[in-house]
Amino acid sequence: MHNLFKIAVRNLLRYKRRTLLTASLIGIGVVFVLVFVAVTGSFKSMMIGQITDSMMGQLQVHRKGYLASIENLPLNLNLKFQAYQKLEGILKQQPEVEAFSPRIKFGGMFSTFVETTNIRLNGVYPDLEFRTVPLLSSRLTNGTAKSLEKGEIWIPELMSKSMKVKSGDTVVVIATNKDGSVNGKQFKVTGVLESVTGPGGRDSYIHIEDAMEVLRMEEMEISEIAVRLKDFNRVNTFTARMETLISTEVGKQGNPIFEVHSWEKLSPFYNIARMIDIMTFFIKIMLIAIVLISIMNVMIMAVYERIREIGTVAAIGTLPGKILSMFVVEGFCLGAVGAVAGTLLGLIIMVVLNHAGMTFNFGRQVLVVSATIVPADVLIITGIVVAISVIASFQPALKASRMEPIKALRHV
Amino acid sequence: MGLVVAENITKIYSVVAAKVSKNYKVGEITIRALSEVSFEIEPASFVSFVGPSGSGKTTLLNLIGCLDKPTEGKLEVGDTDVLHLDRKQSAKFRGENIGFIFQDFNLIPVLTVYENIEYPLLMVQNVPGGERKKRILALLEAVGMIDQKDKYPDQISGGQKQRVAIARALVTNPKLVLADEPTANLDHKTAFLVLESMRKMRDEFQTTFVFSTHDQKIVGEAEVIYSLEDGELVGKQAKGGAKDAQPF
Repeated sequence: MHNLFKIAVRNLLRYKRRTLLTASLIGIGVVFVLVFVAVTGSFKSMMIGQITDSMMGQLQVHRKGYLASIENLPLNLNLKFQAYQKLEGILKQQPEVEAFSPRIKFGGMFSTFVETTNIRLNGVYPDLEFRTVPLLSSRLTNGTAKSLEKGEIWIPELMSKSMKVKSGDTVVVIATNKDGSVNGKQFKVTGVLESVTGPGGRDSYIHIEDAMEVLRMEEMEISEIAVRLKDFNRVNTFTARMETLISTEVGKQGNPIFEVHSWEKLSPFYNIARMIDIMTFFIKIMLIAIVLISIMNVMIMAVYERIREIGTVAAIGTLPGKILSMFVVEGFCLGAVGAVAGTLLGLIIMVVLNHAGMTFNFGRQVLVVSATIVPADVLIITGIVVAISVIASFQPALKASRMEPIKALRHV
Repeated sequence: MGLVVAENITKIYSVVAAKVSKNYKVGEITIRALSEVSFEIEPASFVSFVGPSGSGKTTLLNLIGCLDKPTEGKLEVGDTDVLHLDRKQSAKFRGENIGFIFQDFNLIPVLTVYENIEYPLLMVQNVPGGERKKRILALLEAVGMIDQKDKYPDQISGGQKQRVAIARALVTNPKLVLADEPTANLDHKTAFLVLESMRKMRDEFQTTFVFSTHDQKIVGEAEVIYSLEDGELVGKQAKGGAKDAQPF
């Protein structure tokens, strides 16, 4: 095998310019794909992080059927306190869970005494909420609040601007409870939250005990429980396990009490994330095409230029399989050189990009490029290039191995 | 070795050809390159096929070398009927039994002199390292190329290239070496030196050498000369002392 590599490398060095050009083309393709994967991956991670860590949580548990009616924020589909306690018990036993936060979600009217509009409210335990969605407080654009106390409300920036409400103002929240009874409560605005992508951009936050008071709940009822895991990459595995765990909890009629959904099922951004993945896939297809055409072109030329050599080695007894190997190894070496060079250059470009601190301004959101790529992606891209190089060189190599030595020796 | 039994005497030959013919098709036309050629070549002999261009010398050498197959007749190389070898078997047979020397030397340009000689041992016969080195150095010494062993083919002269080709042909210890116009691209002085090298190798390794040439000046170097004309064997001449000499 060592000799096959030695001959392959020397043959590649024989046509230095052609080898350099082809390896460069492959290398540039690899650089392009790596940087694209890293940058889009960075954007994707940032967006997912913003959605899950500042609002949604990584997964949510509701009473069965709640999600289908979530736009209406139905109070009659809240979890009873006993059911929540059961769920709390299950979640506390899971080592993967870092934090979870129960929420009472409801719709109401928001009044500044001058103007009134509708509002979506989240009643939360501030300490649990901040541990579950740690970026929530970073969304505060102004205000003095260090935490969310009873009698305080954090409102969305859109509402603050449109209703001309600022931190320190007093507002009234009016809501109808599940029995149809209307109640209101005064709140002091202590925070204005900047918007995030996806649903929840109009959500306000109050203390959970205030929510119970507005809704005249004698016993706490929970709309949803947001969960944060220690390892984000285990979301899907954990969700699947939770589904199994909670499936044993059934009501009086034998129907399941809970339903669990990961952020992917809850956020429309997941479709955008999938689109990014599809774009990445097509970029990889383009890389495959570049490698395939480049290597095939070079190897076809190599076979054509070396017909007499092929005739010679075949005449002196080299078996067809070995002749095939000689050309396949040559294609492999060319692809490997391009892949390795491209990977190194791609990684250097990523480091430079990260040091440069490039930013992209998307209106309300400014994303800082933080190009990162997991080793598995690097290995997969390099592996694809090398595998395609071997495949691309196979046809010319097969042609070489099937040449009649007598015809090859006569070739001028 | 091919066996021929005649008048109760069994003779062993390197090559036995019996009424060998070879036709080529060029479009609709069939060209008869060889016509019922019969001959025997003894082991360790130094044989030449002579004749003008188009007489069938190369075709005959290609048939003996298992690079092509006769259309008719019987051809044995060593004790193998080469007619029935498939592509892979032919390659294996060539690698184990036949050495080739080409008119254009056909050295592999990316390999040094040493590596060119090493190539068949590595890629064809898988000979272990120690044995490989011993054989290559002995042959480099024998053909006088030991000082040039690290040079590439484009750094040596035509005569030197052909000496390297001789060493490459012999390194596998073949029973038969075929050389198609081995001196055609060399000046006369070098041509004689190359033939001298070939004969020396024959004496040292007892290998049968068969070469083709159209150069009358070097024909005399062969011990047995077969003459070909228009694909037919028209005569056999042996130097004094050679058995079965049949002047024509």
